[in-house]
Amino acid sequence: MSVTSGVSADDQAEQQAQASPPERKQGSTLRKGEGRLGLYLVAPTIILLAVVIGYPVVKAIVMSFQKDPGLDKATGMFVSGGSAGFSNYTHWILQRCGTASCPPGTLGAEFWDSVGTTFFFTAATVIIEVLLGMWMALVMNRAFRGRALLRASVLVPWAIPTAITAKLWYFIFAYDGIANRVLHTHILWTGGEWASRFAIIIADVWKTTPFIALLILAGLQVIPADTYEAARVDGANSWQRFTMVTLPLVRPALMVAVLFRTLDALRIYDLPAILTGGGGGTGHSTTTLSILVVDQIRGGFNSAAALSTLTFLLIFLVAFIFVKFLGAHVVQTQQRQQKGTI
Amino acid sequence: MASTTAVGNRGGLAPAPDRPVIRRRSRFTFASVRSYAGIVLIVIFCLLPFYWMVVTAFRNVGYTFDTTPWPTHVTLDNFKTAFSTSLGNHFGRALINSAIIGICTTILAVLAGCFAAYAIARLNFRGKYLVLGVVLGASMFPGVALLTPLFQLFTNIHWIGSYQALIIPDISFALPLTVYTLTAFFAEMPWELEEAAVVDGCTPGQAFRKVILPLAAPGLFTTAILAFISSWNEFLLASELSNDKTQPVTVAIAQFTGSQPHQEPYTAVMAAGTIVTVPLVIMVLLLQRRIVAGLTAGGVKG
Repeated sequence: MSVTSGVSADDQAEQQAQASPPERKQGSTLRKGEGRLGLYLVAPTIILLAVVIGYPVVKAIVMSFQKDPGLDKATGMFVSGGSAGFSNYTHWILQRCGTASCPPGTLGAEFWDSVGTTFFFTAATVIIEVLLGMWMALVMNRAFRGRALLRASVLVPWAIPTAITAKLWYFIFAYDGIANRVLHTHILWTGGEWASRFAIIIADVWKTTPFIALLILAGLQVIPADTYEAARVDGANSWQRFTMVTLPLVRPALMVAVLFRTLDALRIYDLPAILTGGGGGTGHSTTTLSILVVDQIRGGFNSAAALSTLTFLLIFLVAFIFVKFLGAHVVQTQQRQQKGTI
Repeated sequence: MASTTAVGNRGGLAPAPDRPVIRRRSRFTFASVRSYAGIVLIVIFCLLPFYWMVVTAFRNVGYTFDTTPWPTHVTLDNFKTAFSTSLGNHFGRALINSAIIGICTTILAVLAGCFAAYAIARLNFRGKYLVLGVVLGASMFPGVALLTPLFQLFTNIHWIGSYQALIIPDISFALPLTVYTLTAFFAEMPWELEEAAVVDGCTPGQAFRKVILPLAAPGLFTTAILAFISSWNEFLLASELSNDKTQPVTVAIAQFTGSQPHQEPYTAVMAAGTIVTVPLVIMVLLLQRRIVAGLTAGGVKG
């Protein structure tokens, strides 16, 4: 059984063999022209993706090396653009505005804070959501009755647009709102530094945990029941069955869920933008990288392009680490799940 | 229909017939009480905030912060306020905008996506895994990285305030989602289908058009719904690339203004949220099994 996802990512030959089903004989009539047909069929998708993603990415990289028109802070002269070298990048990474460091309160001084905020949200939400989602998936997997009700309910938070979710929690967390009333507290949920962070985390956990639970459940359901039987016969208690049977077998599905969720959390925008306006506490304690990009756009395209390229590289780096070192083999896992061979 | 059953069985909560039912029954009390408690907790967790939105939507604005858990002071005024344009909100127009953007995005994504998904799932061609990798990479792509170049481009060519300025960026996440979900659907169909079609004298192209596509209709429909929901829910790009005339509901609701400045019209916002959400929830309830199957196959958040 190809359970352990530690299969090296580059066994493409094996994949190719897997991809063509054994029933289809070499040289059957169907294979004629199959290669060309395949290319024709994927062409529209590739062209569309090149237009809607490829072009903007290349353009953003080009823009990020151009100077924003405006007054040069050092000389007081108007600059109309031109090549900027890496100055847009050093502006963010070293927090340099001109020749001096960016004064507090400007966007340039917020880069590392928002990196920290983004990673904090990501770590907090992913950990809570995966633990809670695992529990939900186990409950759903055991449920005999109420399956339809369960499935319907877990889809509700997923179906609600994030912007509406944010407004809903904005109402729940209002100063006179139900959260403070029920808890008998007077917390400024959308204003305080940590309160607003927790408000965002709570709203995100509500919105996304059910989705994680569904992904994990899909992995749980392909575990054959006799595996548990065998473990039971061997005298494993329920905790041992969970740690030694369930966890290793569900690991590929779990890793894919964690990967998707992490990348999604790193680009978090809707909830903090609407729930707290990126403010809270000192004024930017919930400013994530995406919010910073949006704030910067009107202050100079090229600088914003450098920032969004940095954001993109950061997310790419995290994805790379996941796939390379943590064994999140998205394609293989999906393919095996499709074939039911996990 | 072959594909229907295949899809149904992969639904996240499909019954597992080979579970040891008898053993369960012997430990009836503790295990089942714990299981039912878990189910009740999950249902409450998922539905309570949504329930509160609907209750508030029907509650008189004077009792906005009333904490009675059941509907009180029921009124439809909030819905009238939500649709009223006298406060500078254009919720009705935003609903139409969202529908136009969502439908166009869905049609384009499903049209292009079903060809690519078929090729990836059922044909052997060079560069197949490269294409799959590109699609996967695109699905993880942060929308904010598109924002700056598109904002500048659309400003320069005066597209801000046009529908295409909102449809084009939506393709960037709807198309990978479509390709990914449909690949799973196509891969599940019996392999003999094209063989039989070719024996009957079809070319591979005809086998796709006349045999596979009609049989994949349920999968296409589910995928279309997922793509539509993902586009309907988009906020980040729309908030910057739209203007008052083209803004979708998510942006309109986020910017809802009340009669007084700094006073949030909570009940009207909840009413608007209910209008936007309830059709989605009904759709999801009707098609829950398929949507779960599509979601777990695609593994991409909408």
